[in-house]
Amino acid sequence: MNIYINGTGCISPQETAQIGPLFSTLKEYDQVRLQAVDPDYKQWIDLKQIRRMSRVVKMGVGAANLSMEEAGIKMPDAIITGTAYGCLDDTGVFLNKMVSQEEQMLTPTAFIQSTHNTVGGQIALLLGCNAYNNTFVHRGFSFENSLLDATMILREGEAKTVLAGGLDEITHYSYQVLSRFGLYKKAPVKTMELLKSPDRGTIAGEGAAFFVLSPEKGTHTVAELAGVCTIYKPLWEGEVIGEIVKFLEAQDLTLEDIDLLVTGRNGDIAQDEIYEEVAAALFPDHPEACFKHLCGEYPTAMAFGAWMANRIIAEQDVPEAAMFYGQAPARIKNVLIYNHHQGTHHALILLKAC
Amino acid sequence: MEKLMEDLKSQIIEQLNLQEVKPEDIGNDEPLFKTGLGLDSIDALELIVLLQQHYNIRIANPEQGPEIFHSIRTMAAFITAQQKQQA
Amino acid sequence: MSVKVWIAGGGVISGIGMNLEENLQAFKDMRTGMTKMQYLQSVHQDAFPVAEVKADNDTLADMARMPETTSRTALLSLIAAREAWKSTGLGDISRYRVGFVSANTVGGMDKTEDFFKAFLPNPGGGRLQQVVHHECGAVTELVADALGVRHHISTISTACSSGANALMYGARLIRNNIVDIVIAGGTDSLTRFTLNGFNTLMILDQQPCRPFDETRTGLNLGEGAGYVVLVSDNLLAHIQPWARLSGFANANDAYHQTASSPDGTGNYLAMKGALDMAGLTPEDIGYINLHGTGTQNNDVSEGIAINRLFAPHFPAMSSTKSFTGHTLGASGGIEAVYAALALKEGIIYPNARFRRQMKELPFAPATAFSTGNDLKHVMSNSFGFGGNCSSLVFSKE
Repeated sequence: MNIYINGTGCISPQETAQIGPLFSTLKEYDQVRLQAVDPDYKQWIDLKQIRRMSRVVKMGVGAANLSMEEAGIKMPDAIITGTAYGCLDDTGVFLNKMVSQEEQMLTPTAFIQSTHNTVGGQIALLLGCNAYNNTFVHRGFSFENSLLDATMILREGEAKTVLAGGLDEITHYSYQVLSRFGLYKKAPVKTMELLKSPDRGTIAGEGAAFFVLSPEKGTHTVAELAGVCTIYKPLWEGEVIGEIVKFLEAQDLTLEDIDLLVTGRNGDIAQDEIYEEVAAALFPDHPEACFKHLCGEYPTAMAFGAWMANRIIAEQDVPEAAMFYGQAPARIKNVLIYNHHQGTHHALILLKAC
Repeated sequence: MEKLMEDLKSQIIEQLNLQEVKPEDIGNDEPLFKTGLGLDSIDALELIVLLQQHYNIRIANPEQGPEIFHSIRTMAAFITAQQKQQA
Repeated sequence: MSVKVWIAGGGVISGIGMNLEENLQAFKDMRTGMTKMQYLQSVHQDAFPVAEVKADNDTLADMARMPETTSRTALLSLIAAREAWKSTGLGDISRYRVGFVSANTVGGMDKTEDFFKAFLPNPGGGRLQQVVHHECGAVTELVADALGVRHHISTISTACSSGANALMYGARLIRNNIVDIVIAGGTDSLTRFTLNGFNTLMILDQQPCRPFDETRTGLNLGEGAGYVVLVSDNLLAHIQPWARLSGFANANDAYHQTASSPDGTGNYLAMKGALDMAGLTPEDIGYINLHGTGTQNNDVSEGIAINRLFAPHFPAMSSTKSFTGHTLGASGGIEAVYAALALKEGIIYPNARFRRQMKELPFAPATAFSTGNDLKHVMSNSFGFGGNCSSLVFSKE
């Protein structure tokens, strides 16, 4: 069974909620923490409901709506979200009050909104959708697990359209804590120079990207989700290289069939090393595009990467802002996205033009 | 009573994050739940904490909510009665 | 797609026992797990009874063979998951394609809430070691790494239905030939975060909870972990199955963020969907392990949905949360183990403290423990916040 991407929606530090060519109004930053550009959420959510929603919930609802609008559907047969951190902002609000007020006079709203399934639940509530609803919260695999679950459910035959996506937010607290772990650059760096920066650390990001998947092609369909694969804590780069070869073989593809490689380089020299090794071993002459300098690093950034790859197939061109190595090929049919998060969670997604 | 009702309106707007609602938009006798402001059961729990925070009144049983929180006037009447009792 | 998925074993740690055998004994003895808070530090210590696992972190760390600084959520998880694996007799885990799908709602929050005390006044304060495993997925990985599972690892968090969804996803991984075995279930430790959160909703009972009783006034929180080992039909020769996971469904109530709809739409759809997948009719079900939290709202919605689906043939049913408390992300896993064991040994579990039938319902839960019942199919319900509703059906063959 082929699984088609019939609609996509993305809210990110780029102007991705707008109509127009990919990155035509490029947002360039000179900072270590990127925040999503908020569209007008009131187009999808009425004031009564919006007042309780944190940014990540709004991003999720917005991206989900964008993808359904593009797919031309009003009601999916399943809603599957992937989020590593869940609703961090409300978690922080409730934790802060609980600690500072010594467990007294707490109010329910932040707690209710802090659960990881809030976004999936809110999408269902706003749509009145009684269908399957699941939330994966497995770090750098959260988005990939949601795509895999969607794929398995579609193969069972009853569901015709599945809404699946990945999202995470960065908050004041999480940025402070993650900075102490040494994840980020010590000084601001220009986004268009990030991937060439010579030191450790990356930039923090956030965003939401949703996909309407179906075994039947829609009117705006340009690509097929041909495969998803996760590799947990590979022992060495050879294991990743081996898995990529196996993954392509399973799709009846050779290395030469890949027209464009999209990687999750994030400007941290230690973390980017494996992309160099994989490219050198398997794709020495392939053009390569990147996305984390545009959206920042977060556990579900792969969703932004997949969204971008789908748009690249639609436009049959790679915007200069995304091009990392070589030149955009004349014909872009097979796009392999290879991403890892923190060196422990490696994932592959293959999109095929259709 | 009038002053209390005005206070309550701004406190409710703040506590419930009622964006784009102004105190003068809320009628003293207008139902707060369902019709009118359209509040729900989560808001009722928020209002219980509001009474505790601002007026030091504890409501142990949420079932009392609908009666007390019917309108700004019923809330104010409840607060006044409780304060008299406490005094 | 029609690959059968068997339950080859299970493990549980909860407020009524450190392993499955102790849990079973507690049911036989009608010994429930709610007591005054002993291990969790909270200003509400005297206000709300809870069903804690009766051991401090040092003891649990010893049992789990993990450092004492490990999140309690991970310690509980590892103890129950090891028991589950051991009960299968499958031996060396590295010989198989194994997945670990674990649900939780709090992750390492038990450590994070301690960290925040030092961190809030000073962003450089607090020991980073306390937040390194904050994420739900990080807890799963500590356990997967200790078990030696590498083929597929995932974490699900859908509030109170999380554990049941872990079994569903696990079964799909097997049916799709991604792995042959999945250790699936859930874990959650008690935290001040959840205790205070549920307290703001005013649904915590200050007395031991009374699920499906007319006089019920709320739930008691519990903690623990429970896992089943799901095994593909192609390994059937290597196991003595307890039961088969024959049906499952997940639906969303789409009514309210925390409350169930008055007619239990999501509950009904989940139960109906699970029966349909199993190819069964309501009369085939011999026992239902209820979600049965003891809140006004849950029990009436669940009861009305059961009435709609099962009337006039009501199977035996009970809420084991009257013993274990509501273990949130763990509950679907723990109750799946109970359900599979029910089929293996013909058990109907008692519903503790039941006195008065609910006025809305024409049925009452079972109140005594019994074994040797002729059960062919049992159902386990897990419903939660966000409208998430899941039902599982287990069959003897």
